[in-house]
Amino acid sequence: MSAPAAGFDGRWVGAAVPRKEDRRMLLGRGRFTGDLIRPGMLHAAFVRSPHAHALVGTIDGTAARQVPGVAGLFTAAGLGHPYLLAMLERDEFVPTPMPILAGGRARFVGEPVAMVVADDAYLAEDAAELVEVGWDPLPVAASMEAATAAGAGEHKGAPRLHDHGNCLVDLLMFDDDRLPQIFAAAKTCVNATFRSARVAALPLEGRACLADWDDRDDQLVVHVSTQVPHQVRSGIAQALDLPERAIRVIAPDVGGGFGLKCVVGREEVAVAAAALRLRRPVRWAEDRQENLTAAFHGHEQRYQVKAAFDEQGRILGLDAEIDCDTGAYSVFPFTCAVEPLMAATELPGVYKVPAYRARGRAIATNKAPAAPYRGVSRPQIVLVMERLMEKAAAALRLDPLQVRRINLIGREEFPYTGVNKITYDEGSYRESLDLAEKQVSEQGWPAERDRFREQGRRAGIGYACFSERTAYGTPTMSQRRMRMTPGYDTALVRMDPTGEVIVTTGTCGHGQGHETTFAQIVADRLGIHPDQVKLRQGDTDLASYGWGTWGSRSVVVGGGAAGRAADIVASQLRQVAGSLLEASPADIELAGGMARVRGDDAAAIPIPELARVVHFQAHRLAEDLRYALEARATFDPPGTFSNACHAAMVVIDPGTCAIRLHRYLVVEDCGVVINPAVVDGQVRGGVTQGVAAALLERLCFDADGQPSSATLMDYLAPTATEICAVDVVHLQTPSRYSETGAKGMGEGGTIGAPAAVLNAINDALSDMGVRFDHIPVLPHELAAVL
Amino acid sequence: MKDVHEIRLTVNGRPHELAVEARRTLADMLRHDLGYTGTHLGCEHGICGACTVLLDGAPVRACLVFGVQADGAEVRTVEGLADGEQLSDLQQAFSDHHALQCGFCTPGFLMLAEAYLAENAGSTLGEDEARELVAANLCRCTGYQGIVEALLATARARQRP
Repeated sequence: MSAPAAGFDGRWVGAAVPRKEDRRMLLGRGRFTGDLIRPGMLHAAFVRSPHAHALVGTIDGTAARQVPGVAGLFTAAGLGHPYLLAMLERDEFVPTPMPILAGGRARFVGEPVAMVVADDAYLAEDAAELVEVGWDPLPVAASMEAATAAGAGEHKGAPRLHDHGNCLVDLLMFDDDRLPQIFAAAKTCVNATFRSARVAALPLEGRACLADWDDRDDQLVVHVSTQVPHQVRSGIAQALDLPERAIRVIAPDVGGGFGLKCVVGREEVAVAAAALRLRRPVRWAEDRQENLTAAFHGHEQRYQVKAAFDEQGRILGLDAEIDCDTGAYSVFPFTCAVEPLMAATELPGVYKVPAYRARGRAIATNKAPAAPYRGVSRPQIVLVMERLMEKAAAALRLDPLQVRRINLIGREEFPYTGVNKITYDEGSYRESLDLAEKQVSEQGWPAERDRFREQGRRAGIGYACFSERTAYGTPTMSQRRMRMTPGYDTALVRMDPTGEVIVTTGTCGHGQGHETTFAQIVADRLGIHPDQVKLRQGDTDLASYGWGTWGSRSVVVGGGAAGRAADIVASQLRQVAGSLLEASPADIELAGGMARVRGDDAAAIPIPELARVVHFQAHRLAEDLRYALEARATFDPPGTFSNACHAAMVVIDPGTCAIRLHRYLVVEDCGVVINPAVVDGQVRGGVTQGVAAALLERLCFDADGQPSSATLMDYLAPTATEICAVDVVHLQTPSRYSETGAKGMGEGGTIGAPAAVLNAINDALSDMGVRFDHIPVLPHELAAVL
Repeated sequence: MKDVHEIRLTVNGRPHELAVEARRTLADMLRHDLGYTGTHLGCEHGICGACTVLLDGAPVRACLVFGVQADGAEVRTVEGLADGEQLSDLQQAFSDHHALQCGFCTPGFLMLAEAYLAENAGSTLGEDEARELVAANLCRCTGYQGIVEALLATARARQRP
């Protein structure tokens, strides 16, 4: 049993408890999907489109079928044209069924049109290369500009991906007829266009699945590297027309997700279909080229923004045209609206914007579909707002931090309902900025920047203030009008006869340390040690229907449900103890593994003894206390906002124009911190992804839609030398909307970093006329202006 | 016809004899033919380093080495680091410094660090040098800070007499 961490005060919540997950990973005994082996297992390989847009003619698999060891070749027709359909119940939404294998038409390079299964993965790839497809290339829309190129009528000049054209969502989310007057009368108006590149979530483990028919359970058992086991089950059931009970989805250890795995992949459904037909286990493991070209992408957006400010820098009005490059199809179950809806709804962010208009569009292009990659539009909207603050300050000759302060929602204004109809729960928006500025000053950043400048090197400091809406339950999610509306989660807490506890959840951690943090939450409520609490997750046969792990929801929603269920079990324990000790249950305290009568040290029973009596000597108890110590509870919160202020310092190499991250500070407030080591780790990992989005990462395509960043030599993921130590400081404003007082915080690092880094770059260029309003900023772009 | 070769090697001190196709990578051979699934594949083109194992003591990308090239060699994988159930100092340091989240890249970093520490026993390791070393591999979860700290802490601890 691990010893209590330093500072243990009788509560496990808040302690840096060592992660329960670590040991098996360090020993090389993690169990990832690709590690699983089944007797008679077959391996799948996909035949993918080499064209960004083409009609699919005949598919000749004669040669492929003749390769010894090939067990099957599947096409759209052979599978009966199954598809995944993500639906938004809005008139403005154009559905785009995503075929499991493309039949009539391929809409991006890498789209699967056929699947070969064979005795080993090498053979399957050999055979896939022998499949002959008759391609008839079509004109390509490789960018939003190409997809919306105006002819005589709307989009007439652009190649159409879908019958209804390329605009799949066009929502005027907010409008205000006062805006023209506000802009006309304002002291200053800022007009700007902001862009962010298409990027890859890039979990180190690519997507993978293993499907196996089980005759005894009359069930298809599908192991998937996923964040959302139940949605994979629903997707397979809908695509293959099966009852959900006939599918069991298991997520074993998952090697990172970051949103890539919170949607259902067509390959997962195809492999399930093959296993169903062949009645043999079939496995597929994505390679990195498939991952970079044919999995899901995200974050490719353009904002055309106008903002009005008064002479003190107070924002008066905001108007945004938001376009999101959604790729070829809507993803299941979130749809292609996830980016534009998030962006248009949440753009005002932490600032008090009195008048607002926002139009959000999802534009289809001949590229892989966009999935909700970590942050989902918020890295972009924060970048927009933080650049606006800087631009307004420059125009008005004001201190940019002062401009932020005058606009930030203040402590006394919570709960604050914004122009975007969102109610922000209590946070530390101004306090986090104040503390960040103080730390930056005390740590000597400005003096260091000056020293760099004296040495002839460009250096800059940038800030970003933001909040992160987390743990959306159905009350909030229903506003999006998704046919499948996520948000709640259910936990089962069960104590066994030895006093150990199993917690079952529908959330699905994949690196966030949930086995540890959920155990901390439950241990406190039951008065036991976290080592006595085992979390079972990622199994649709074990857990009630749940929504997996994404959107910084798990510890708040899943952990909240576990806490509620544990409270019920604690009450059962108190009643049993009260009965055995002849005391009132209200006087029983659960702590340190014991049930004690408050104020009477002699009257105590070990909790395992209570569990033993309930199960093995039930007759000693009244009927309603017998047989089981278990409870199920659901949590469906409205959502809660964590917040942070980031500060970054960059130094530009005068020779190469390389931008080096020199210092980084995060002042964050996620309410009650369950485990500070886990929170710091999430922040640092998130910051690294956000910094990479600002300085390194972009998926490139030519005008024909051919990807040119299909390897990790072309797509630059950050290594240890592209990031610096990240200093994390915590403020704690507990949420009244969560069971534990915790707020979600899984995405904040990625959300704040691009804006902070971009502002730092612009600060380094402050003596010049040029400003950058896009990410990533690459050395050759700097070289062109320096 | 398959081009199959019979080879012998030891993995973590255990001898193995097997027939392996010439084109099969060391990584696939270790994982699927011999069951050492602790070694993971993150890119299969030599960039991410998740598949790093020690081949006669030197760190190699097991995705860029063919299995047949390990004929007669001593291979060490992540499964060979612990003493039974007892984590090595390096493994313990990874846990202490929160150097892993999803754990997929972890075996590669452990083997990289193990090789470095063995090769440079007794020498002092600075933070910049540690970052340079850690930059050999990719991690998408941690932001590397914990990995750098774990490496530095292990190097310091091993220096003490």
